[in-house]
Amino acid sequence: MQETISFFSGFTINDLWFMGEAALRTLWISALSISIGTVLGGFFGWMLYEGKLTAALTLAPVLDAFRSVPLIIQLVLFYNFAPIVGLNLDPFGSGVVILTIYTAALVANVARGGIEAVGRSMRRAARSLGMSYWQDMRYVVLPIGGRAVFPAWVGVALGVMKDSALVSVLGYVELLKASQILITRTQEPFLILTIAGAFYFALSFPISRYAARLEKRWAQ
Amino acid sequence: MIEIRGLEKYFGALQVLKGIDLDVEKGEVLSVIGASGSGKSTLLYCINGLEPIQKGSVIVDGTDVHAKGTDINKLRQKLGMVFQQWNSFPHLTALENVALAPKIVKGKSKAEAQSIAESQLKHVGLGDKLNVYPGALSGGQQQRLAIARALAMEPSYMLFDEATSALDPELVGEVLDTMRLLAEEGMTMICVTHEMGFARDVSDRVAYFHQGVMEEIGPPEQIFGEAESENTRKFLANVR
Repeated sequence: MQETISFFSGFTINDLWFMGEAALRTLWISALSISIGTVLGGFFGWMLYEGKLTAALTLAPVLDAFRSVPLIIQLVLFYNFAPIVGLNLDPFGSGVVILTIYTAALVANVARGGIEAVGRSMRRAARSLGMSYWQDMRYVVLPIGGRAVFPAWVGVALGVMKDSALVSVLGYVELLKASQILITRTQEPFLILTIAGAFYFALSFPISRYAARLEKRWAQ
Repeated sequence: MIEIRGLEKYFGALQVLKGIDLDVEKGEVLSVIGASGSGKSTLLYCINGLEPIQKGSVIVDGTDVHAKGTDINKLRQKLGMVFQQWNSFPHLTALENVALAPKIVKGKSKAEAQSIAESQLKHVGLGDKLNVYPGALSGGQQQRLAIARALAMEPSYMLFDEATSALDPELVGEVLDTMRLLAEEGMTMICVTHEMGFARDVSDRVAYFHQGVMEEIGPPEQIFGEAESENTRKFLANVR
């Protein structure tokens, strides 16, 4: 009697290691996109605040588009059409570009809200002490406005980290893509998705806890 | 000396200052009184360049505040200002609030800036609150903190914009006492105020503003005793 050939094999400790590496890739692409996107978004937010009409007519619609179009569509369109204009980026590069712009679009409104939260009266008080515009921005607006919108920024950062799973459609082997590969091989979706969820939780939880601690300290 | 000539200020189509001429000598305490919307606060904002003007000039120690090329940030170091809302920086302790501008604007070392801050906080009676955050201070204490913060820049003039009007009645006294102390020390002060007792007792001169016009100016005895303008008499009869 012939032996049955199995195309599937069970989940092993090596697979867990494989998922751990993928989780680090999720962390890396997220950290890079969130960092650059936050700086860019802060700049866009400042432009929206200071530019008023000009920014409202030019920058705001572009940011609206990136906020409104589903991320997966942005990723697929950019990855497939960027080479036409000579941008030959791999899945990681394309993911970073789109996640960065997406983060910037979300952070722009958060940043504008932060600047507005400081109030005209406070800024006049700072300027009346002889501070320049940029000293006022650096020493008064950034710390006060930053604290006011910090919870909103944390929400954006955690959201982008989870949304980074969508980069898997480009073939980048981050946590979700790694899970899909393992599910195909082991046919154990429940176990693998549970582990993937635990990894996402392990990445998000320390950030949200640290943010909560910071907010508590600032409130004192 | 502050010299104001033909000062006109508009907010859109609304003219809020209609040709103000005023000199304030060194060491003088001038109180500016008048109804809300008479242009008193706007005058202070125009003096330290926080509001642009449409006509006239404001000269501080020979420098035109609104002239192109004037280093307004440097000039503002001479013009300490205290606002109706105290505007303490909530993320900094009292000491850090006061030390910030000397450090970043005047380039003092951290130790030097903190020493100035400590001495100014003691000056306004907050020597025991150095490491307290503004959120833990009363309104009166926060306003005294704002005064210390302005004084730390060693200004030649102090501009007070209704410094007591946002305070609870029981907290007004401590701020007025601090302002009295500064006046006794010879600080040149322009005080926009609704505190008629302060204007009468502490000022060298009192100016009454009415609908953007400086209706009358003179010593307190004249303004509160025998005002020449009918509008001044009516205003004082209503606030007494």
